[in-house]
Amino acid sequence: MSASSAFNDEKGGSSSVGEPEYGHDPASGGIFSSDYKRHDDLKEMLDSNKDSLKLEAMKRIVAMIARGKNASDLFPAVVKNVACKNIEVKKLVYVYLVRYAEEQQDLALLSISTFQRGLKDPNQLIRASALRVLSSIRVTIIVPIMMLAIKEAASDMSPYVRKTAAHAIPKLYSLDPEQKDQLIEVIEKLLADKTTLVAGSVVMAFEEVCPERIDLIHKNYRKLCNLLIDVEEWGQVVIINMLTRYARTQFLNPNINESLLEEGGSGDKTFYGSDEDEDEDEEEKEKKAEVAAMAKRKPYVMDPDHRLLLRNTKPLLQSRNAAVVMAVAQLYFHLAPKAEVGVIAKALVRLLRSHSEVQYVVLQNVATMSIKRRGMFEPYLKSFYIRSTDPTQIKVLKLEVLTNLANETNISTILREFQTYIKSMDKDFVAATIQAIGRCATNISEVRDTCLNGLVQLLSNRDELVVAESVVVIKKLLQMQPEKHSDIIKHMAKLTDNIQVPMARASILWLIGEYCEHVPKIAPDVLRKMAKSFTNEEDIVKLQIINLAAKLYLTNSKQTKLLTQYVLNLAKYDQNYDIRDRARFIRQLIVPTEKSGALSKYAKKLFLALKPAPVLESPFKDRDHFQLGSLSHLLNAKAGGYQELPDWPEAAPDPSVRNVEVPEWTKCSSREKRKEKKVEKPFYTDSEGESGPTESADSESDSATGSESSSGSEESGSGSESEESKEASESEEEEEEEEEEEKKKKKKDLKKPVQESESEQSSEEEERKHQRKSKPRKSESESESDEDEESESESSQSESEDSESEAEVKKKKKPAESKPPPKPVKKESKKEKKEMSLLDLDDFEPAPSPQVTPVNTFLSNSLVTDLEGLSLSDSVLSPATIAPSSTLKSYELLHRITGEGLSVEYCFSRQPFSPDANMVAVQMQFTNNASSDTKNLHIEDVKLQSGMRVKEFPEIELLPAGETATAVMGIDFCDSTQAANFQLCTHTRKFFVSIQPPVGELMRPVFLTENEFKKEQGQLMGMNEITEKLTLDVKCRNEHTIVQRVTTAANLSRVPCGSDKECSPPLPPPDHPVHRFAGRTVTSGSLVLVTVATKEEGAAQLTVNCEKMVIGTMLVKDILQALTQ
Amino acid sequence: MIHSLFLINASGDIFLEKHWKSVVSRSVCDYFFEAQERATEPENVPPVIPTPHHYLISVLRHHIYFVAVIQSEVPPLFVIEFLHRVVDTFQDYFGVCTEAAIKDNVVVVYELLEEMLDNGFPLATESNILKELIKPPTILRTMVNTITGSTNVGEQLPTGQLSVVPWRRTGVKYTNNEAYFDVVEEIDAIIDKSGSTITAEIQGVIDACVKLTGMPDLTLSFMNPRLLDDVSFHPCVRFKRWEAERILSFIPPDGNFRLLSYHVSSQNLVAIPVYVKHNITFREGSSQGRFDLTLGPKQTMGKAVESVLVSSQLPRGVLNANLNPSQGTYTFDPVTKLLTWDVGKINPQKLPSLKGTMSLQAGASKPDENPTINIQFKIQQMAISGLKVNRLDMYGEKYKPFKGIKYMTKAGKFQAGLPDKWTLEYIKTELLHKEIRIN
Repeated sequence: MSASSAFNDEKGGSSSVGEPEYGHDPASGGIFSSDYKRHDDLKEMLDSNKDSLKLEAMKRIVAMIARGKNASDLFPAVVKNVACKNIEVKKLVYVYLVRYAEEQQDLALLSISTFQRGLKDPNQLIRASALRVLSSIRVTIIVPIMMLAIKEAASDMSPYVRKTAAHAIPKLYSLDPEQKDQLIEVIEKLLADKTTLVAGSVVMAFEEVCPERIDLIHKNYRKLCNLLIDVEEWGQVVIINMLTRYARTQFLNPNINESLLEEGGSGDKTFYGSDEDEDEDEEEKEKKAEVAAMAKRKPYVMDPDHRLLLRNTKPLLQSRNAAVVMAVAQLYFHLAPKAEVGVIAKALVRLLRSHSEVQYVVLQNVATMSIKRRGMFEPYLKSFYIRSTDPTQIKVLKLEVLTNLANETNISTILREFQTYIKSMDKDFVAATIQAIGRCATNISEVRDTCLNGLVQLLSNRDELVVAESVVVIKKLLQMQPEKHSDIIKHMAKLTDNIQVPMARASILWLIGEYCEHVPKIAPDVLRKMAKSFTNEEDIVKLQIINLAAKLYLTNSKQTKLLTQYVLNLAKYDQNYDIRDRARFIRQLIVPTEKSGALSKYAKKLFLALKPAPVLESPFKDRDHFQLGSLSHLLNAKAGGYQELPDWPEAAPDPSVRNVEVPEWTKCSSREKRKEKKVEKPFYTDSEGESGPTESADSESDSATGSESSSGSEESGSGSESEESKEASESEEEEEEEEEEEKKKKKKDLKKPVQESESEQSSEEEERKHQRKSKPRKSESESESDEDEESESESSQSESEDSESEAEVKKKKKPAESKPPPKPVKKESKKEKKEMSLLDLDDFEPAPSPQVTPVNTFLSNSLVTDLEGLSLSDSVLSPATIAPSSTLKSYELLHRITGEGLSVEYCFSRQPFSPDANMVAVQMQFTNNASSDTKNLHIEDVKLQSGMRVKEFPEIELLPAGETATAVMGIDFCDSTQAANFQLCTHTRKFFVSIQPPVGELMRPVFLTENEFKKEQGQLMGMNEITEKLTLDVKCRNEHTIVQRVTTAANLSRVPCGSDKECSPPLPPPDHPVHRFAGRTVTSGSLVLVTVATKEEGAAQLTVNCEKMVIGTMLVKDILQALTQ
Repeated sequence: MIHSLFLINASGDIFLEKHWKSVVSRSVCDYFFEAQERATEPENVPPVIPTPHHYLISVLRHHIYFVAVIQSEVPPLFVIEFLHRVVDTFQDYFGVCTEAAIKDNVVVVYELLEEMLDNGFPLATESNILKELIKPPTILRTMVNTITGSTNVGEQLPTGQLSVVPWRRTGVKYTNNEAYFDVVEEIDAIIDKSGSTITAEIQGVIDACVKLTGMPDLTLSFMNPRLLDDVSFHPCVRFKRWEAERILSFIPPDGNFRLLSYHVSSQNLVAIPVYVKHNITFREGSSQGRFDLTLGPKQTMGKAVESVLVSSQLPRGVLNANLNPSQGTYTFDPVTKLLTWDVGKINPQKLPSLKGTMSLQAGASKPDENPTINIQFKIQQMAISGLKVNRLDMYGEKYKPFKGIKYMTKAGKFQAGLPDKWTLEYIKTELLHKEIRIN
């Protein structure tokens, strides 16, 4: 009652009318009269015409509900106001209605018609709120009305209403489970919804109504994966948890091969990993027998859909919502290949900074994870150190994690940490620490003695609890090797005089009894003392005294016979029946009489059998059969409604069920596309030489070092590739690979134009987009490298390109003689190994990689213009043949959600912009994902910094639904990285967009010889020179990569080294080559010179000389980043 | 999902209940009270308590337990995170989240809870949307409401939930357009007696207060973004842009929000801005102990260390302390044995010190616990990690906003501790072990 009176006192001016009534509402006496009076008063107010009075009355009623007071007798008066005009009154009436409708069903029906009217309202929010309240009224009679309303709302135009419909589904289901079948139909319909607003809610409904109908997910799987990042955070949690379960039923265990490999080469098994792997192995051994044969024949290939899920959830580890982070973490733990699980550790450790409740849950999960995957958390050991301000339950959990993480290498630091914990004031925590030390000692034999010594020292601690806990733990440790430690046992025997904690006394007695042969003199004496105090002992101690007596009687009956008799007699008349029983039982067993049976012969065996040492196990062991992050996992017991995490299937179910008939570019990984990639994969190892056209182009202009550099790059390339196949997670390598992949594809496409067009049709749009972009690039780069001989052929179609590229291939094969690339074999193997596709392939970033084929020679303007015109006209005539610019980094201009279906990406095509050489060409790609056509795409309202200019692209008159179009616009950025802002207009909408160029795109390559370069550099010293020291990334120490990365970061061309000594014989490349790059800014034409001088051990020096210091500084930053990442 | 919510104050009264599905009797809280009794400290109540028919998931904030009743499987963090979001919303609305504030605004609270959950599933949790639906109470509005009988429920139907930018309402207008960003870093450290760091880490947040008209699109870039090791964002931040360019690009919510929280990579050496020299001795047999503690700044880049507060839990044997601070004031609570010393600002010329004697219980043996020393401090105008905002640009709107960035460093959990005998012993054995392994 104190709460309510406080409530009245503190209730200030907010609602003072009628407040005194409350004040008179005492806990005792007079309740009834005042109650009636008050309610009459409220009824009057509700019946009045004034909204303010009604509101006041409703506010007071809601306050009553909030305090848990019964206000049900007001129902008739309240329900009358359901159609009130005042929004707040209406809302409060809704609150009341939802609360009491179940109790007053008949009266509640009066309000239904209001809601039915609301469902037809033109305003979506009113429709939604009507459905919300209607579905919340728990009255069985209106089930058909609710069903109808839900069905209607599920096909409402407004996604918000559809979301409300999804929320209503579980409400109806809990009211009347009979409706399940109909509701599933609605769920199925809503699952197909493409808006992020609905996705989370409908999956929630799915989970509550029909979690077993996993088949409903198939068709929506890819959509859900792709939408995930834009769904609101609560929906994300539900979707991720559901997809985890889905993936477990549909994909193969990604770690199955790994465990097989481990089995094969178990010699290199990590020493500390042994205990964790063992149980895993055991589980898998049975499976392996069957699977092994199969798996060996057919190596594991990750389903691209599996990969899609992993990739799309990863960014969510960065969410501010702990529940989302946890959901992703459990998904990775349950689904990801071992090598990739590590990424979640950092995010989980971050959550430890959050509120203590969050910490509590996270630590529980970390504890389970750390048993299976210790390596993952080892780098974060210090994050689990305990602070004196942590609540005890957090401390104990951290201790658990620390113990799980302990191994030979870190045990010393952990133990040192533990000792400081023993000083803590928090006794429960100290006890837990001592237990933890014990567990470390049993797990890591190297430190057993150290721990034991430490614990023995604790025996002299002044705190009894500490001593008692130590005794218990020491007992367990001694059981492992009792012979060595008789002095410790003696020491503990002495402690019986002082220690009063029953558990500790019992432990000591048990120890002495068990190892009485090691302490033959002391044991009887202890028994003597115990016999004296027997009657005052606790029950568990008494039982141990009887045990001790029995054991001594058996080993040393001469000295202890009488004592034993005495103890047993005492026990015979004990109050506790357990003890009386034990005494009788033991007497019969050990004291041979004529009545005693055959058992007494075996008494010694029974009592003094060798007992196995106890295994001190983590309470979190094997908890991972529960889905992590779930309530069931936390409680280690199945909670109601928990869906078991299924085991991996042994053979993958048909993956084609997830194919969706209607092609949509958002679902970027369709089957067809995957197959295509698979086809190319085996191609890749031996086509390395071809895939480095940059180098070979280089070698043409620079014959001195050409062959070396290309072969060098080939080596490095293959090196990085083999690494890749092991670790799919290195994104850079992926990008590199991706690029090479693209190139190969281009090659292939060129060779088989017919096939290409076929596959084209079947493949998805994005695929096409890729190709569209890369084609002109391809032709361009070819034209550059082959400029001297066949600059004409570019203008012709693919046939001539075809022959040309083959010629090119042959040409390249000659210098790089070291590799034998038998072409026909390649083709064969390609077909054979269709199934062998490597999973990394599918690890495409949705945005194309930033790798760019460097342009080595600056083309004459006219030629480029020709080329560009060609590619542009291509795009109009036959969009299917236009190149993918996956080698260019594309940026998002307009997201498909913001753009209401229209998405725009742009990239800097690095081609001179023909109408105005001072402009940077920006290639834009429009994709219409909406269901209706988009018309009149054009630019308006250009907002620029002074000096900047824009040349708009010609208006796109029609972009049919599902189609893609490309356009090029020119922007003169005035050599600054200021963004160009403008409006992108369609026939219906305008979108504010802005294009901001990376500094590297503000220049164009120029060709300089080394001498020219040095001369120019000499003139740009002092303020115009910026030098940075850096350490090259490990993957970036070969020439090829350096060149590639620099040219990716900035549109520069490479300065061939030694090119002015063309007649001299080719020199071997210097040990520490210097790479030079040159370019001019687009607007002002200022020279930009970049030098990367490599040194030993990956050290390097980056020098940028540029008249424009701002550009220079920014460029240094960008290149630095490109080279060090 | 969430069935019901009970709010329980420190004295164990249920002062608010709200049900989203059918009503759960408040007697279910008895299980909670039981657990509360078992736990010695308020923060030791387990966050998840199973009962025969329900599960109780609770959080403790501002001395109020928010107890959610769950009937079936749900990720516990989901509920915990949501409850915290509820508390944050209350705080946002009422300035404080106390029992009194909740009771004063019980109708608003109820309306909020109604909007935040639908059938136990979160519906609208963004404060911007909620504020559109339900206006926060202000003194003026309360007065006007009582006089005119108007409401605090939004007159217009909200659009935010339907917009493409769910965290920002449309039609925001300000006469002064301002955007403030506070970079606040907390340094957590454990330092041993010799002054060497056992662990030290920096956690930072960027809190923003953005009051800009229209739909501004902001980008915030750092001089040294590579310092940021582990980041988590407000949903408004475009993740791809960060991945690619290390630039924060976002359409900000209106008002106060946390843009980013980050962790500074542990590879970077953490500069410890203060040092502590302390010497606490107890002599065997004597009833006196000596206490000597000196503080000093280091690596503060010339910035003053302010609001320094030292606290230490002295051993139980200490009866009283008679100390002499060179500046500030100290208190010693003989019951809890907590010594606190409010130092204020550290003057580098004259280092603050606290010296004196402690009287011990007569006859008690020498206390063996060496107290840990907790230190709090603030340093204005400095982010200890060296993080610097490079520039803030606004796109999409024409006006020129006023921009401000403030840096601050605070002590998080900053402890100076002591090593002890066993450690040394241990190190010896460890060395021995190593030798053995070598042989």
